[in-house]
Amino acid sequence: MDYIPNTDVQLQEMLHAIGADSFEELVSPVPSEFHVRSLDVPAGLAEAEVVELCEGLAARNGSLRKMTSFLGAGAYDHVIPTAVDALASRGEWLTPYTPYQAEASQGTLQTIYEFQTMVCELFQMDVANASLYDGASAVAEAALLALRVTERPRVLVSEALHPHARQTLATYLSGAKTILQEIPTVNGVTDLEALGKAVRDDVACVIMQQPNVFGCLEPMAQAGELAHRFGSLFVASAYPISVGLLRPPGAYGADIAVAEGRCLGSPITYGGPGLGLFAATSALVRRLPGRLAGCTVDRTGRRGYTLTLQTREQHIRREKATSNICTNEGWLALRAAIFLSLLGPQGMKELATLNLEKAHDAHKRLCEIPWIKPAFDQPFFNEFTLQYDPPADVDRVNRRLAKAGIVGGWPLADWYPTVPQASLWCVTELIGRDGIDRLLHALNGSA
Amino acid sequence: MAEPLIFERSVSGRRGYRLPSSGVPAMSQAEAIPDDQLRAEPPRLPEVAEIDAIRHYTRLSQLNFSVDTHFYPLGSCTMKYNPKLNDRIAALPNFASLHPLQPTSQVQGILQLLYELEQLLSAITGMAAFTLQPAAGAQGELTGLKIIAAYHRRKRSIRSTMLIPDSAHGTNPASAAISGFTVEKLRSGPDGLVDLNELKSKLTPDVAALMLTNPNTLGLFERDIKAIAALLHERDALLYMDGANMNALLGIARPGEMGVDILQLNLHKTFSTPHGGGGPGAGPVGVGKKLEAFLPVPRIRKMGKRFAWDERGRSTIGRVHGFYGNVGVLIRAYAYIRTLGCEGLMRASEAAIINANYLKAKLEPTFPVPFDDHCLHEFVVTVKALKAHGVTAMDVAKRLLDYGFYAPTVYFPLIVEEALMIEPTETESKETLDRFAEALLSIAQEATTNPELVRGAPHRMAVSRLDEVRAAREPNLRWVPEQRQSVVSATTHGGPPPPNLADSP
Amino acid sequence: MDVPSDLLYTKTHEWLRREASGEVVVGITAHAQEELRDVVFVELPTVGKAIKQGDPAAVVESVKAAFDIYAPVSGTVPRVNEAVAKSPQLVNQDCYGQGWLFAIAPSSSEEFSRLLSPEEYARQIQASTH
Repeated sequence: MDYIPNTDVQLQEMLHAIGADSFEELVSPVPSEFHVRSLDVPAGLAEAEVVELCEGLAARNGSLRKMTSFLGAGAYDHVIPTAVDALASRGEWLTPYTPYQAEASQGTLQTIYEFQTMVCELFQMDVANASLYDGASAVAEAALLALRVTERPRVLVSEALHPHARQTLATYLSGAKTILQEIPTVNGVTDLEALGKAVRDDVACVIMQQPNVFGCLEPMAQAGELAHRFGSLFVASAYPISVGLLRPPGAYGADIAVAEGRCLGSPITYGGPGLGLFAATSALVRRLPGRLAGCTVDRTGRRGYTLTLQTREQHIRREKATSNICTNEGWLALRAAIFLSLLGPQGMKELATLNLEKAHDAHKRLCEIPWIKPAFDQPFFNEFTLQYDPPADVDRVNRRLAKAGIVGGWPLADWYPTVPQASLWCVTELIGRDGIDRLLHALNGSA
Repeated sequence: MAEPLIFERSVSGRRGYRLPSSGVPAMSQAEAIPDDQLRAEPPRLPEVAEIDAIRHYTRLSQLNFSVDTHFYPLGSCTMKYNPKLNDRIAALPNFASLHPLQPTSQVQGILQLLYELEQLLSAITGMAAFTLQPAAGAQGELTGLKIIAAYHRRKRSIRSTMLIPDSAHGTNPASAAISGFTVEKLRSGPDGLVDLNELKSKLTPDVAALMLTNPNTLGLFERDIKAIAALLHERDALLYMDGANMNALLGIARPGEMGVDILQLNLHKTFSTPHGGGGPGAGPVGVGKKLEAFLPVPRIRKMGKRFAWDERGRSTIGRVHGFYGNVGVLIRAYAYIRTLGCEGLMRASEAAIINANYLKAKLEPTFPVPFDDHCLHEFVVTVKALKAHGVTAMDVAKRLLDYGFYAPTVYFPLIVEEALMIEPTETESKETLDRFAEALLSIAQEATTNPELVRGAPHRMAVSRLDEVRAAREPNLRWVPEQRQSVVSATTHGGPPPPNLADSP
Repeated sequence: MDVPSDLLYTKTHEWLRREASGEVVVGITAHAQEELRDVVFVELPTVGKAIKQGDPAAVVESVKAAFDIYAPVSGTVPRVNEAVAKSPQLVNQDCYGQGWLFAIAPSSSEEFSRLLSPEEYARQIQASTH
């Protein structure tokens, strides 16, 4: 199947109209030494055959819908209202591109404007862009912005920032004349004393995550003050679901707030596509990476929306652009806007509360098991780190749980080898109390 | 009819979604969270019922042109039809509800799909190995440039110059600059292609690589590509190919056999994944054998019949994205390639090239095509002749909207004055192309008989031309409740014409 | 084309005026302002900054273009035009007056010989538009 409407007869007519004897004549500018006769690609399939093939592959996966999963660690499984899927699957949303012709793209542009507003409200920031690729690259873009604005060389990043974000940051900054310095943690949170010593007038920004990778709540306000003491920018990587209840970045002095926004109405799909949220103070508006939609008027004075402040962008400023980003994650931004509209302020608070209560209930019950203890003594939201007493072993326990249809906490050994026998557990609103019961039952049998 | 903002539909206390009950003993938040960590004021999100949201976002959708509703000949963006089947496959629960950290034993199906997709992309392009991690073309460029930097670093060779032709997409110089390179522009020759003498004169020992879009943004194949590669390789510089225009080459020629060292693909263009109003895309990067070790981690390995992630890699540039990239997009591209198969992919490029040349032949008598030759999948016309009537490329673009066609890419590439860059793709019928050509020819007529009509376009959209000067001078990037009043008054009183438009005759 | 005779010019369309105090005041020419059309934003150097002749010192932006403004002579920046930062349209309305951009306290007088006279600049723009 090739989705080509023109028949062979029509294609011949068209060749004739072009004045070409054959298709080969049209590709004559491609030197003949490069011409290939065939590709090592299997023959095409009918729709039903593709469905069969792909369902076969899918059947070799174990879906979260059929298991009880306690995985989080940067990818969180949350409710997706049916209305989000119903609206977002419309072709008018799926199949346009970047709204270059504003008059024929008012739907996309107004939605981006609404999305920008919602992100600002969520994080209590002045301005937000139309999205970046994901949370990890949003951290990297925040650092690039800080380096440009402050003209300073050093970036401080908490060790408790998600490793993928730290690795992406390191890749983006590699080769540049910048110094990337990690700040250690103590008892599961960023060591403020170490941070205080590291902040100097050569520091462009301090990057921290709330809640951090261990699930612990960071002393963000104090860290922000330390950053600002020497005029460094404070970058907060936040979890959008948590700010329904927790203090948002704007309330603790963040200059830039970034986040992985996929949890706002988009499926987890093995970790991607993501949705990079990026918000900042108004002082930084002309330095933002990515697209911005703005409200203006048309020739008759009617309200309308257009892409604006485009001189920041690659298609105009080329090598002097604030970022190289072009295609972003528009469709996921739409989904997030619909999700946030449906939940509203009350829904977001309830959703956060549900996560908090379920996670704390699970944590309490898990820690009643003699060989399980909390790794850190810190407040947390919906994710926490547990440690096992020997001889219990994280991997062995997880293998036993898998047999009971349970995906246990994420083993932290690869990411943080200094915390032995630790695993990271996440409990969202999708885990029922029976899920916790089954977990406890399985754990009691596996020590 | 204008659609109010969703915030303006808000009624305090209205709800659009009900969450499940907690089922656990209630607790006080103060027990869990210190006071100074709690949010003081709720976010001012809209409060609407489900029906409000449905009507609002349905009505807004109807203000968009899209591939599903209109011909969308946006040059260099390959706005082909996006088969519905691919969305269905990506939504299968055993793909959509997979956590990226599930044990590999639970994700063998998706790993096999991703592994096979890498193999398929290698087969199509002739590149030795692929990473699927980059989220879009520009991130693919960044990945490729980091690989170039790592390659030279390992050879202890300090090189900071990136050669980029003047016809390149803006992302090329932006990606190069962000990767720490200094951009040196290559002037196109009189035929619109890379000028070998210009290249030789700029090819200093400091050159790390050349970024070449092929076919270039004029839709022309860089026929000297082998000589270009040889010149670069003689000096141990690399050839990067921007594969945004790969829809021209499927089953016709393979970049890996042209001396290309690094190639990024845009799956949302060539491989038909929906553009989503501006993403998500996917920008896999393919490399030749000598660069494979530099690819981002993790990489998928096949061991016997099993697949696993490999996080190691001594020479890797590292990660560019959390987890494994835009998997939902990758699944769609896989389904697309398996549906078309070898002969379908070859037919796609063939039909895309015939469509482009056919449309070019119809338009050429009225709109000159600079650098004329047989084009591949797209072409550029100039409408500078209409300037005599005070009509610009932008005016023509806006008038096309009235005729029910999305506009081509305008004012690009920069080397063509008053450019319209047109890419019809293979999924448009001859009848559509005929109607589009008629519309453009009719606009050319209007430009001479009634230029005012064209300059004032569009006339049939929800809004007329927008005041971009006002948008940029006084940026209004978010709604605030107080704004309601001023907007209402501006709408009712009409207001004076915005300054930038007052001067149009 | 308006090319005042009491100013000096650069090839890149900056003008400068030597003040009695020894400072020079810098702006963009009427020709540049017309090419740019509606100026929507002006980014000025920070006061006190040391700049070198020919280096980008400010940016003037329209909706779809951004133009670097190069320092016509080396020196430090004693003051900038805050009014033009607030109302960028001043560049369009009065580019030789209220639309000035920034001042420079020149570090040497030698560089002035490399600037264009009004006649030379007028010839340059005439050549480029024909």
